[in-house]
Amino acid sequence: MTQSTRERTTGWLMVFPALTFVAVFSLYPAMDSFLLSLYSEFPGSERSFIGFGNYAELVRDPVAHQAFIVTLGFVLLSTTLELLLGTSIALVIHERFKGRGWTRAAVLIPWAIPTVVAAQMWRFLLNDQYGDVNAILFGDQVDAYVPWLADPWMAFGAIVLADVWKTSSFAGLLILAGLQVIPDETYDAARIDGATAWQRFWHITLPLLKPALLTALLFRTIDAFRVFDLVFVMTQGGPGDATQVIQFYGYKTLFTEGRVGYGTTISVTVFVALAILSLFYVRTVGSKLLQREAA
Amino acid sequence: MTKPLRPALLGGILLAVLGSLCPFLWFVLTSFKSQIQVEAIPPTWWPDGSLGFYASALIEHRLLHYILNSVIVACATTIIALVVATPAAYALARLRMAGKAWILGGLLCVAMFPHIVIAGPVWQILERLGGLNTHWGLVLPYVSLTLPLAVWILTTFFQELPFELEEAARIDGCTAWQALYRIVLPLAAPGLFTTAILTFIYAWNEFFFALLILTDPERQTLPVGIALFQGEFTMPWGEIAAASVIATLPLIIIVLLFQRGIINGLSAGAVKG
Repeated sequence: MTQSTRERTTGWLMVFPALTFVAVFSLYPAMDSFLLSLYSEFPGSERSFIGFGNYAELVRDPVAHQAFIVTLGFVLLSTTLELLLGTSIALVIHERFKGRGWTRAAVLIPWAIPTVVAAQMWRFLLNDQYGDVNAILFGDQVDAYVPWLADPWMAFGAIVLADVWKTSSFAGLLILAGLQVIPDETYDAARIDGATAWQRFWHITLPLLKPALLTALLFRTIDAFRVFDLVFVMTQGGPGDATQVIQFYGYKTLFTEGRVGYGTTISVTVFVALAILSLFYVRTVGSKLLQREAA
Repeated sequence: MTKPLRPALLGGILLAVLGSLCPFLWFVLTSFKSQIQVEAIPPTWWPDGSLGFYASALIEHRLLHYILNSVIVACATTIIALVVATPAAYALARLRMAGKAWILGGLLCVAMFPHIVIAGPVWQILERLGGLNTHWGLVLPYVSLTLPLAVWILTTFFQELPFELEEAARIDGCTAWQALYRIVLPLAAPGLFTTAILTFIYAWNEFFFALLILTDPERQTLPVGIALFQGEFTMPWGEIAAASVIATLPLIIIVLLFQRGIINGLSAGAVKG
């Protein structure tokens, strides 16, 4: 009895520093944001309680609407492409072949590159005068060169392209882990029955891969929702507000304009939207994710 | 084991490798160009091998400074995160205590917080503590941000270790701490190493908090330096490319050396089980 009490005490002592860090620098700040969003606070003005006034303003704010739509569009488009490309990458690097280690390392490199570097890189490659993309597409026909980042739709596409290039391999790794737990024997019967490679993928691999795909989708969605670095470096939200994602709008309101109350309201709304979305996913996959511990 | 490659697989390998590497290789080529070559319209492909941009980035743009700041922040984050995460993960993997599932689930939720929602209050905490524009002021939130992943990965590694050795030691009167340091840690070295690499990469690459907390160029890390790179009249593309290559080089080396561990570590937190 005393021994198990001691074990429990030791356990809490071991967990305590980690929990303290997370409580002080993540949990408390998140709760503080909820409180701050109920106040009006400008640079040079007194803080005053206004209840849900900031939320009412958010509902009427056309710039915020635009930012939410841009973010949603970005999340949907980039995660879809990343799952498709990620699955392809996973299928390739799951095969056994000479040089697989090198191939895996090569595929990992975009994931390891700092996002800021990837953003500067694509900003340069898409440059209207010096960029390699124009050179590849149009060669010497300088008149045809496209100023990609100056066009609202192209700029949005550029952000998606940069994100897909950078993170498809991460999605691929999560999906690879899913492929690795499918036993080889599963395929043998189908092969004997004469199923084609495509049929085997569609009827065996894909259904068994569902948990891994949903996990990758969850991780990528959460990450895509907080896209910031790419936008900050490549477009600063422009042209117009075409690429102003919600985290960038929140950053500008909070830190550039110093509107603490309204800025945190934007961030809390993102938080709630993301929490609802995650819950929705977790109800489909997550139980499996958390049950691991019990085993 | 190796058979001749099917054309489809070969095509897939080539696409994956070229798609991953080509864009960055073009940027690497740019860093070795001369100013005239960078501004050529239409662009030239092959550089003349000039190191001018590297010299200019290192000397005029004081890149060494940013490198040093990044090394300090990333190493401090990695060490502190490991020291804090290891006992927590051990307790969660091995000790009998209530609420373990809640702690692991809670950590996973915290890892999913959008950064903007904690940014404002973290900034205010650091302002009160005098941590703005200091390295430790950035390291503290970094440790908190990397802890959930570190604890998850380490817990998975600890769970996979055989229990018998520890059990014997515990019966012989070892405390949980002694069992952790004498028996588990040496066995779990590969797991610790993988966690360290992932934490290091995170801290080396992080931009959002670094941008908020470090406004003094003397203290800024590489990502902030590269994002805010300014020329006097035009965009200094050559210098940006050179700085980018320098900032990425350690990561490429890490990936080439430890590809296997990274892949295991990343999937440990997610799909296994």
